Amino acid sequence: MEGLFDQYEVQGFYDEMFDSSGRVRPHYEMLLQRFSEMESADFERKKLLAERTYLNQGITFTVYSGDEGTERIMPFDLIPRIIPSNEWEHIERGLVQRLAALNLFLHDVYHEQRIVREGIVPEEIIRSAKHFRPELVGFTPPKGIYIHVCGSDLIRGGDGQYFVLEDNGRCPSGVSYLLENRQAMKRVFPKLFARYAVRPVDRYPQELLSVLRHVAPDGKSDPTIAVLTPGIYNSAYFEHSFLARSMGIEIVVGQDLVVLDAKVYMKTTKGLKQVDVIYRRIDDDFLDPSVFRKDSVLGVPGIFEAYRAGNVNLANAVGTGVADDKVTYYYVPAMIKFYLGEDPILPNVETYLSAVESDRKFILDHLPELVVKAANESGGYGMMIGPHASKEEIAKFRDAILADPRGYIAQPVVQLSRSPCHCGETVEGRHIDLRPYILSGERTVIIPGGLTRVAMRKGSLVVNSSQGGGSKDTWVLDDGGAAC
Amino acid sequence: MLSRVADACFWLSRYMERAETNARILDVNIQLMLDFEEQNGGTIQQHWQPILATLEDQELFSEIHTGISGDAVMAFVTFEKSNPNSILSCVSVARENARTVREQISSEMWEQLNRLYLFLHSPAARSAFIESPIDFYRSLVDSLHSFQGITDATMTHGEGWEFLRAGKFCERADSTSRVLDIKYHILLPSGEQIGGTLDVTQWMAVLRSCSAMEAFLKISRGQVTSWQVAEFLILHDSFPRSIRFCVDGLDQALHNISGTDRGHFSNEAERLSGLLRSNLDYTTIKDIFDRGLHQYLDGIQLRLTEISNALVSKYCTWLESTQRQSQTS
Repeated sequence: MEGLFDQYEVQGFYDEMFDSSGRVRPHYEMLLQRFSEMESADFERKKLLAERTYLNQGITFTVYSGDEGTERIMPFDLIPRIIPSNEWEHIERGLVQRLAALNLFLHDVYHEQRIVREGIVPEEIIRSAKHFRPELVGFTPPKGIYIHVCGSDLIRGGDGQYFVLEDNGRCPSGVSYLLENRQAMKRVFPKLFARYAVRPVDRYPQELLSVLRHVAPDGKSDPTIAVLTPGIYNSAYFEHSFLARSMGIEIVVGQDLVVLDAKVYMKTTKGLKQVDVIYRRIDDDFLDPSVFRKDSVLGVPGIFEAYRAGNVNLANAVGTGVADDKVTYYYVPAMIKFYLGEDPILPNVETYLSAVESDRKFILDHLPELVVKAANESGGYGMMIGPHASKEEIAKFRDAILADPRGYIAQPVVQLSRSPCHCGETVEGRHIDLRPYILSGERTVIIPGGLTRVAMRKGSLVVNSSQGGGSKDTWVLDDGGAAC
Repeated sequence: MLSRVADACFWLSRYMERAETNARILDVNIQLMLDFEEQNGGTIQQHWQPILATLEDQELFSEIHTGISGDAVMAFVTFEKSNPNSILSCVSVARENARTVREQISSEMWEQLNRLYLFLHSPAARSAFIESPIDFYRSLVDSLHSFQGITDATMTHGEGWEFLRAGKFCERADSTSRVLDIKYHILLPSGEQIGGTLDVTQWMAVLRSCSAMEAFLKISRGQVTSWQVAEFLILHDSFPRSIRFCVDGLDQALHNISGTDRGHFSNEAERLSGLLRSNLDYTTIKDIFDRGLHQYLDGIQLRLTEISNALVSKYCTWLESTQRQSQTS
């Protein structure tokens, strides 16, 4: 009678929808019932409908081959991931705590460095962090907020416990997919959606806008705000434009801005107009060719000087990369204790630092069983999954670790939880993670849920869109009382 | 408004209008072709060559194709990627510009334009074209009209919209002058008389390609002469594709952008558009024919280019270093 799910097996993984005996979890019951009425062909039709909308709206990223770019949509799976309200409350508390510690850490790192003096984090780790910006020592951004937008990746292990896998405190992307996935699900399954009390996500752009207003220099009450994008050829351009549109603010590229007397101006048809806050989607390195990378054509010469002079604010702050370095990650639980005097609510994944001699020995002895990651890479690059790696790959990483111990960390392979996904004719389990978007302004706000990313390739543990990952809508249930 | 955004709106609109002009011209030419019983190499060339002359694309065409045929010209003007003025290229450039200003235009406008772009790049477009070129061009024009309608109905009539309007009218005035000029390039075969059947058919085709047939006939009471058609398409004050009407719209958009009263000017673009507008207001068709229709139309095209350049340098000069769009034709 179950049709689509007839052949479904959890295969010993933690499954979001079914327990280990194959019984459906209570919060998925209605969904199973609705989907069981459907044939695979119906499902395929609905999927095409959703995909057509993405294509027409231009929700695409560009894949370059030869001289012509092809626009692709990110694979979208129609089976939502459902998170019960109690689980979400736990996640939310954990993330609020974590972000508070990260912001305090950044302030400390660029001021007294108490955490170093008290021996919690070795000085060497900070000094050698690729994204530490000595130019900013002693500088405090408006309201003391560094990471305005954070995307921390969560995973669940074999027993369903949530772990933080990494923090993205520079320019986390993907939030537009979260919002568009929701639109698509409402269109494709309106009745099912209505029967579940799903907490809304649509106010994200407005929340982001109030964060940006909150951090205007000198508490300016009606600041001019803009989104700074690398341009239409950037793979996340759709998102930049989407956010600017939803916030009703200008989207600018580097050449639209000019710095005069340490103030930033937009070039408009009516002359120059001063800009107060910039939500920049350009990395520190490319921001200002007069200070950072000289070859950057995306940036704005002089913008760093304007920032230091306090005439413009940038979100996220310059130099936050020292907090999302994968070596720094190791110290986040200790930071939480140090700054907040609390135990971490969301644990880290067990991590070994190759910079520490005893850990390094362990890593080198166990390479085929571990996941090795470069400390400063993201997007699934610079990573080796031991059990899936060839002998050559393992040898390559061994050499790399020995050459640059500070540059790598290792973790045991976590068998990410799985969620049923529609794969051609059948429904099969695929590994997933969760990227919630955390906003720090007057208070910390997290849009219920986040972007659930799916490793669409069978057996794969890599969910990044640049590596063939897809996504699905994430439904956080409202149990009645929770305000949102 | 950002200078870059103004620039993108202006060109987005010009390229959409240019795509429409091309579709119209091709549609009419196919129909014109069908009206002639005798079709040999000579007549075919005679019918398609003026299209290339009008669009100023002859050189590029002869680099790609050896001889002129209907299919070759249609393919060149419709789908040829290396032709920057083909319908496909125009829509692609328009979309590229739209992508950079998506926060300025409405989602509905973007989706309409994006659907058209995706269609033109799909195999469905080729098969529709092969099945019936006439229907294909009609539906293209329909899509482009929808875009105009959606623009007026869903976008705030503010600065961005005025730049779109300036682009639209500037390009449309230019294209009407080019369509009229086609007639100059079509030589009447020997033995045919001015005012004869063939001559009249050709003038009617010119009218049709401007969607002006019905409007014209109401005024002319059935007579079709070169003077009347030219007068209608150049000087009529309320037909929306006449040059005078378009220049008036362009002038109005320019004045709305700066907030200057009509009849005055605050920058070079307004001065030039006001000058051209008053010239069109007070010129007679006799003056035009005395001077030579072709020469007059050439002059119009030149002045439109000057206005366009003045607009760009007044509002978009910041872009000097990265000017992408220099093909102001």
